[in-house]
Amino acid sequence: MDYFLQQLINGLTLGGIYALIALGYTMVYGIIQLINFAHGEFFAAGGYMGVILLSYLAASGAGPYVCLAGALILTMGYCAVLAMAVEKVAYKPLRHSSRLSVLISALGMSIFLQNGLMLTQGVYDKAYPTQMTQGSFQVAGLYISYMQVIIVAVTGILLVALNALVFKTRIGKAMRASAQDKIMSGLVGIDSDRIISLTFAIGAGLAAAAGIMVGFYYGSVHYGMGFVPGIKAFAAAVLGGIGNVTGAMIGGALIGIIEVFAAGYLSSEYKDVFAFVILIAVLYFRPTGIMGENVDDTRV
Amino acid sequence: MTRGSSKAWIALGVGLVWFYLILWPLMGITPEGLQFIPSLVVWLKVAAAAFVLVSLNQLRTAGALAFIGKPTTAAWTEIRKIYKKVPVRVWISVVFFLALVFPLTTGRYEKDVVINVMIYVCLGLGLNIVIGLAGLLDLGYIAFYGVGAYTYALLSVHFQLSFWLCLPVAAVFAAVSGCIIGYPTLRMRGDYLAIVTLGFGEIVRLILNNWMSLTNGPNGILGIQPPGLYWPGFSSGLTLEYIWLKKLNYLYYVILALVVFTIIAVHRLNYSRIGRAWEAIREDETAAELMGVNTFTLKLLAYAMGAVFGGLAGAFFAARMRFVSPESFTFLESAMVLSMVILGGMGSIPGVILGALALIALPEAFRGFELYRMLAFGGAMVLMMIFRPSGFWPAKRMGQRSEERG
Repeated sequence: MDYFLQQLINGLTLGGIYALIALGYTMVYGIIQLINFAHGEFFAAGGYMGVILLSYLAASGAGPYVCLAGALILTMGYCAVLAMAVEKVAYKPLRHSSRLSVLISALGMSIFLQNGLMLTQGVYDKAYPTQMTQGSFQVAGLYISYMQVIIVAVTGILLVALNALVFKTRIGKAMRASAQDKIMSGLVGIDSDRIISLTFAIGAGLAAAAGIMVGFYYGSVHYGMGFVPGIKAFAAAVLGGIGNVTGAMIGGALIGIIEVFAAGYLSSEYKDVFAFVILIAVLYFRPTGIMGENVDDTRV
Repeated sequence: MTRGSSKAWIALGVGLVWFYLILWPLMGITPEGLQFIPSLVVWLKVAAAAFVLVSLNQLRTAGALAFIGKPTTAAWTEIRKIYKKVPVRVWISVVFFLALVFPLTTGRYEKDVVINVMIYVCLGLGLNIVIGLAGLLDLGYIAFYGVGAYTYALLSVHFQLSFWLCLPVAAVFAAVSGCIIGYPTLRMRGDYLAIVTLGFGEIVRLILNNWMSLTNGPNGILGIQPPGLYWPGFSSGLTLEYIWLKKLNYLYYVILALVVFTIIAVHRLNYSRIGRAWEAIREDETAAELMGVNTFTLKLLAYAMGAVFGGLAGAFFAARMRFVSPESFTFLESAMVLSMVILGGMGSIPGVILGALALIALPEAFRGFELYRMLAFGGAMVLMMIFRPSGFWPAKRMGQRSEERG
């Protein structure tokens, strides 16, 4: 039973990270019906930017919490800028061409960014300063590390903030309106280009936060690390119902828990396979996902 | 300066500012302090290149480059006229002849590159059936290549079966796996299909990587036999000797034969009833179904046929390298084959061949810039989609339409 609960906690930690990445996919898909292949690269760039800023801030003598908060905020800002630039260059000129073109363009951008990261940061893994969050405490026989607490707390805050942004503010209302009908929302004065740009920025900011969390979770980052979590997060977005913000959060948590349990109880070698199997099963039996509404029936 | 040109310069300026904003934090923030020099050096190079490109484009739109542009377009139309006059058959025989004599005149390295190109031509043409003809986006195509390669590798290492026997077996295995992957996914359309095929591709790779007892995991399989052939020998009367085709020259002709077979098969398929049905599905699936096309079976067939050529190419790859490992079947390879089809022109056979040449041979020419190869490749994909989305050599519409017949 203890093992079960321990795994559940680990799964929730990982699931939170997946949820953060999945939100970017689901929001972008909701608004321009594009699978943003470059999204995994925003996440990787976030991981790298996090370690760069952490080591810089730590070297200049800031306390661990200042370091963490500063790195988190600056990294999110950086990735938001990166995503807006990517959107302007690779997606905006293709707004009216076929969906296959945009998908290929996204694929190209993903390769470009991955190699850009490799060229500027080197091919080797970069170690995270994990001593910053070392230590753990025990609750009812369960070990919980400070790192897990930080990950869950930051993820929770970001998710609540995003929910508030999407469902409570004027900007969120504009985003939802744009996702529903771009022409109509344009008629009532919503600049859809700005909203799309903003959606990319928010999604990339969340992915960047996830990049830092993964850096702490696994202890290092790598230039090609965006791919597999990217696909898993996409599976999470599909599981929750693509285009649906709440669904992505639930889907992310589920995928994380399933992955950890599959690794713990079934086979750790094949843990990556389970995410894909779930993805295929969901698409086959219930393509709209758990919370789905956005049935896609258009062709490439 | 006109209004349009000042707009281009402003866009250039804004773009360069953004580029520096993105570049500097990656290169300039170090534990030792903030540095500006290395990132500025890179930025200045990129800025200079962008400046030259925008200037050239400005000059072109202003008409200052007409003294170059006019003769070249004139020459181009002249070439096209000559090309049109000579029947296609002649062109094909010229190219085929060149391909036949190529290994006799070149060194090891060139042959190596061209063999590689031809493997990718096979793959590209196979994927072309799925994407170009049937309009199904497949991002896990490399899985069939892997299935073909491992089929031959395992049969060769464990049972010492010959390459020629394994070739059809590999094709059949690939086709079966194509059906297995296709069956559950073909209910989906568009983007979903893309992501599910991607997932399947990864599953195949992970299985190859983790099934230690069968595939030897990440260490790969060693000691695969090259193709062999009975060849008449005259040393002691007329005897048939079994020789291994280890030399690059022989391998070159094997893959050339495979490529020719693939081209003929794809060409015939394209003009057949099945090919027309695929095109109908691509253009409008619902309408095709209404006209009596059995869309599900035909889509499955497209998957299987595409997989067959992937499997053939895979078996050759295993025989040529004499070593296979899961490393060769990553998503990046799928993306590579996909971009060949897209860059060359979907549905067009010469386009796919051009695409394979451009993506395999051109980077070889720029070996010195090896590090920047993939960077340029990704960038080129984006630019191509923006400026020439139909590819180098777009496909002509197949067959005669009733309205053209007159």
